[in-house]
Amino acid sequence: MQQMSIVKGAGVATSVARTARQERERRRRQIIISARIALVVGFLCLWQTAAMWLVSDFFIGRPTEIAAQLWEWAVSGTLFFHAWITSVEALLGFLLGSFIGMAFGILMGRAQTLAEILDPFLMMFYSLPKVALAPMFILWFGIGIDMKIYLTATIVFFLVFLNTYTGVRAVSREQIAILKLMGATERHILFKVVLPSAVTWVFNGLRLSVPYALIGAIVGELIAANKGLGYLLANASGQYDTSGMFAALIAIMILALSLNYVVKFVEKKAMPWKAAEDQREMSI
Amino acid sequence: MAQPAIAVREAEAGNRPDAADVLISYRGVGKVFETDAGALTAVRDITLDIEKGQFVTLVGPSGCGKSTLLNMAAGLYQPTSGAVFYQGEPVTGINHRVGYMTQNDHLLPWRDVAANVMVPLEIRGVPKAQAKERVYALLEKVGLKGFEKAYPAQLSGGMRKRCALARLLAYDPEALLMDEPFGALDAQLRLRMQIEIRRVAMELGKTVIFVTHDLDEAVSIADRCVVFTQRPGTVARVVDVPLPRDRDLMQLRHDNTYRDLTAELWELLAPDLE
Repeated sequence: MQQMSIVKGAGVATSVARTARQERERRRRQIIISARIALVVGFLCLWQTAAMWLVSDFFIGRPTEIAAQLWEWAVSGTLFFHAWITSVEALLGFLLGSFIGMAFGILMGRAQTLAEILDPFLMMFYSLPKVALAPMFILWFGIGIDMKIYLTATIVFFLVFLNTYTGVRAVSREQIAILKLMGATERHILFKVVLPSAVTWVFNGLRLSVPYALIGAIVGELIAANKGLGYLLANASGQYDTSGMFAALIAIMILALSLNYVVKFVEKKAMPWKAAEDQREMSI
Repeated sequence: MAQPAIAVREAEAGNRPDAADVLISYRGVGKVFETDAGALTAVRDITLDIEKGQFVTLVGPSGCGKSTLLNMAAGLYQPTSGAVFYQGEPVTGINHRVGYMTQNDHLLPWRDVAANVMVPLEIRGVPKAQAKERVYALLEKVGLKGFEKAYPAQLSGGMRKRCALARLLAYDPEALLMDEPFGALDAQLRLRMQIEIRRVAMELGKTVIFVTHDLDEAVSIADRCVVFTQRPGTVARVVDVPLPRDRDLMQLRHDNTYRDLTAELWELLAPDLE
């Protein structure tokens, strides 16, 4: 009871300070956002000017043309069709690779001998740039959408696997001992301690893999495809259409940003205690 | 009974504890750890009886093997020589009848307070409604009412200890093994937790082995205080603390018996500090 009233009293005392701090923080956010807008506008003006008078627009395109190209693709639906294809490749590859990566990570994290047996082979594949597998994958799976999915999955697998494995191995032994004293079985320990504590690492791996999933899909498309944003980029490049290339790059960037946002959102939902940790006032 | 256990019992039959009111008994216990730097003797020749319902503190310099004794009572590892008995039976594996609390509370950061206390009940397979009722009663007992939905990261050090204590009590172990549980707390909070742990242990009739390196703490909360020498740890002295069971910890510093006893034990420990 006593403790409760102390907490409440402290709350009232700091609330005044808090609103002042919130006000300062709000003003700071405004400055940051206005500065960002100014930077973008300034950069675009500079680019446009340079393309008109200083450098040939053959090399650097023109912001106005890029915008026009994007608009045209958006209106005709081309943009969404290709973006959809790339998203499907990246997403399915991501899901496939991360599922297998997690399963392997948990298995090997708990079975030390198996991990030691497989270690050199996994490291061999890990050190291979996965993009170098693309020609082989074309041979095996053709130039369709599944080739990109498998390429993406291969890249994602290692990132998620290594993070999950580390997470499972990093579980505190004292924590496990304390649960064993409570009478926990191996199954209890796996579901109540090992998996939840590995979740942070797994998400770390998942977040790292999002850009790589997109790399897998785009590289696959650049090498051999007739659809997807990578194809759009390669096609514009083949026609020496610089503005078209920039337009495709911007589309890819937007797609990457939205995928990142989705993972962050899911992460927040899956680990509510993380948000609580972030809110904690810092003390050293 | 497993075969090796019988062998141990026979070997120790000569000095096995028979008294019915002895819960945990160390008989000639020694523990040697093999380290890279060679063999390290943590404790040597410990013979000690912990009676049922007693609050016993183990005090001594850091590294004198106090925690080792707790770990052996919990069955986390076996003594190198001698044997540890729990209710007359040698401890050969994990001892599920004791609860353990360490300096680091080891709460699960992804579970809120109520869910953390729920863990041992889930493991026991207690029906959900019944478990929930028990958890809320325990949280009220340790003074965490209203914080059921808070995550450990949102709690202060003292509240985390209370939560760990509630989790410990949730599965109702007969004996509580506490390894410097309040080491990281400030003096006032520490005193409050000491009062509470004594109250709870007496209310529920728990046997407590409480490890500390703080002599004042060791004397003030104990029914019986065991003083250890430096490593390799041996028992220097066992003192029955001549203070009433329902003592007032707040006023203790003015109590002459308490003052004399801590002064006397201080003399015993002081040479070890040099």
